[in-house]
Amino acid sequence: MMKIENLKADIGTKEILKGLDLTLEEGKVHAIMGPNGAGKSTLSKAIVGHYDVKITGGNIIYKGQSIVDMEPENRALKGIFLSFQNPVEIPGVNNAYFLRTALNAKRKHNGLAELNAAEFLRIMKGHLEGLGMKADMISRSLNEGFSGGEKKRNEILQMLILEPDVIILDEIDSGLDIDALRAVSEGINKMKDGKRSFLVITHYSRILDYIKPDYIHVLKNGRIIKTAGPELVAKLEAEGYESIEEEIR
Amino acid sequence: MSQKEIDKAVAGEYKLGFQVDIETDTVPPGLDEDTIRFISNKKNEPEWMRELRLKAFRKWQTMEEPHWAHIHYEPIDYQAISYYSAPKNPPKSLDEVDPKILEAYAKLGIPLEEQKQLQGIAVDAVFDSVSVKTTYTDELNKLGIIFCSISEAIHEHPALIKKYMFSVVAMNDNYFAALNSAVFTDGTFVYIPKGVRCPMELSTYFRINALGTGQFERTLIIADEGSYVSYNEGCSAPMRDENQLHAAVVELIAMKDAQIKYSTIQNWYPGDENGKGGIYNFVTKRGLCQGENSKISWTQVETGSAITWKYPSCILKGDNSVGEFYSVAVTTLAQQADTGTKMIHLGKNTSSTIISKGISAMKGQNTYRGLVKIGAHADGSRNYSECDSLLIGDQCGAHTFPYLECKDTKGHIEHEATTSKISDEQLFYLRQRGIKEEDAVSMIVHGFCKEVFSQLPMEYAVEAKALLNLTLEGSVG
Ligand SMILES: Nc1ncnc2c1ncn2[C@@H]1O[C@H](COP(=O)(O)OP(=O)(O)O)[C@@H](O)[C@H]1O
Ligand SMILES: [Mg+2]
Repeated sequence: MMKIENLKADIGTKEILKGLDLTLEEGKVHAIMGPNGAGKSTLSKAIVGHYDVKITGGNIIYKGQSIVDMEPENRALKGIFLSFQNPVEIPGVNNAYFLRTALNAKRKHNGLAELNAAEFLRIMKGHLEGLGMKADMISRSLNEGFSGGEKKRNEILQMLILEPDVIILDEIDSGLDIDALRAVSEGINKMKDGKRSFLVITHYSRILDYIKPDYIHVLKNGRIIKTAGPELVAKLEAEGYESIEEEIR
Repeated sequence: MSQKEIDKAVAGEYKLGFQVDIETDTVPPGLDEDTIRFISNKKNEPEWMRELRLKAFRKWQTMEEPHWAHIHYEPIDYQAISYYSAPKNPPKSLDEVDPKILEAYAKLGIPLEEQKQLQGIAVDAVFDSVSVKTTYTDELNKLGIIFCSISEAIHEHPALIKKYMFSVVAMNDNYFAALNSAVFTDGTFVYIPKGVRCPMELSTYFRINALGTGQFERTLIIADEGSYVSYNEGCSAPMRDENQLHAAVVELIAMKDAQIKYSTIQNWYPGDENGKGGIYNFVTKRGLCQGENSKISWTQVETGSAITWKYPSCILKGDNSVGEFYSVAVTTLAQQADTGTKMIHLGKNTSSTIISKGISAMKGQNTYRGLVKIGAHADGSRNYSECDSLLIGDQCGAHTFPYLECKDTKGHIEHEATTSKISDEQLFYLRQRGIKEEDAVSMIVHGFCKEVFSQLPMEYAVEAKALLNLTLEGSVG
């Protein structure tokens, strides 16, 4: 699905990703774990074409095509979705209107007819309940005044509606209480269809109890230093990231 | 996204900048008492009107152009302007209106021909110095509503004109109002009788066409007891290298329980990105809430003009009267706007609301200037003001000058102001969801203006949104 090769990237003048390799397999859940400041968010930003990140070397191949020079909206239209660590607030922009615009942009891109407001609302209603979102959340301004948990649910709502092919979840679990965590995880699990790939970025193992990963990758100092099966979670939990580094040395 | 790309997007092309070639009757540039007499004669005016004009002119000569606003421009040479330009052979019926003029209005989306007239909107079309056509007059007449050009009203309704013209904006109120009072050429007159709710939107479309002329229109709207009217004005002008002066005066009077809703979509030619050309828009608009429970609402969407100097105001004289001001002012290119409102609370329990949204991009300078005054006898009066500025790029500016005067200690004034930038983060968020950068900018800007657009009548809200998109077209790459 996606192949990241020897990726080097700067933020400002500082090199953050220092030759990172990672392959996302079709239908698999990849968890990325690593300490604060390791470059996890930078990796997710590099994939979606965020303006903060300057790619200085390597490549990202998605569906057989390099995307490093592609506009962010085109990456999105091709099926890459990022649930932001800190979703931004946009005053006055109606949440439902925004969602419908995004969905229709995608439908148009895929040669489908655009949905009118009624058709769209029907689709959205189904998802709201599952996520435990109040109906008024969609008539409010996009993320404005939302609590941390509401923002994360709203990210998941967007994911459910846009039905992307590669789903990157940057710390989707941070700041969530147990009910929210369960609702959000259920939403994510609904998207598993054997084809979509997931990149779950976290530094707690908690969410991995709900979203079962196929692979665990440890990111430290701008590189993936270890890839293993889900059994690695317990070891990381017990011994920390240092142990992995020592093991490699 | 680079600043250049943003700028490109922000400065939409001016799409109404065409000029039609018609034969005109244009007075040579210059301004003296003979010019005033010439205009008055052209309009076949009664003696009393001519005398009022001359009186205003003599006052104007003793006054000085004001320079307190946050705007900069080359001195205006009032002798270099032509004060009257009209299509030759003024039409007596629609059949006689020059087809080129009809075509010009059709191009602006305002068909004047009977069979094509806009549904539910009566239009007065003012072309340079004269009103060329007013639609739906018969239907309105049946209800006793008068909707005609101000020139016609001077002939047909002299009592109303004598009583109310200059009653809200005195002829020497300010320099530009005095000039207008002396040389005004046409404009719209509206009278809504007692208890009548005007069944359609009334609308005037002003078009400057002739070169080297100024436009000085005058509008007077009177809403008698318990009546209601929604009135809209639109305007545009050809693209030209030199500046043209537009100095209008609008007076509104709302009697007991009456309501006037006045909406403006201002789209005069803004000039180019170096500040060359464009309309100088110096306008005095004021409404008097004369009776109890009366209400006047100003809604304006200002996207055009090189310079905008205007402060639609309300004098809340009647007890429990209500004044509202909703404004979106966009300055891009090298445009300068100094706009806002005055809310003068005189009656008891009067209330006013001010919502001002300034958007600046490229080298645009946007100033909000507002006065809220609560008089000594205005017990229990209140004001709420909200002034928000949105900056796109870093060459533009936003300035806010709120003046508050509260003589009544029980009065209540609330003022909030914010300045924000369209953040890269917001833009990126929308783009990550597959929304094109240009659409993302427009979505954020529309979100910012929402409270104001929701005040516009439906048809005009659509126009205002489209206009905003055009103005901001290309603001992203
Ligand atoms: N906008 C920024 N400006 C400067 N430094 C940044 C910026 N964003 C991230 N960094 C730095 O880049 C490094 C990696 O950050 P990040 O990818 O957010 O880490 P993680 O998500 O793994 O906690 C950190 O040292 C952080 O301070
Ligand atoms: Mg992070």
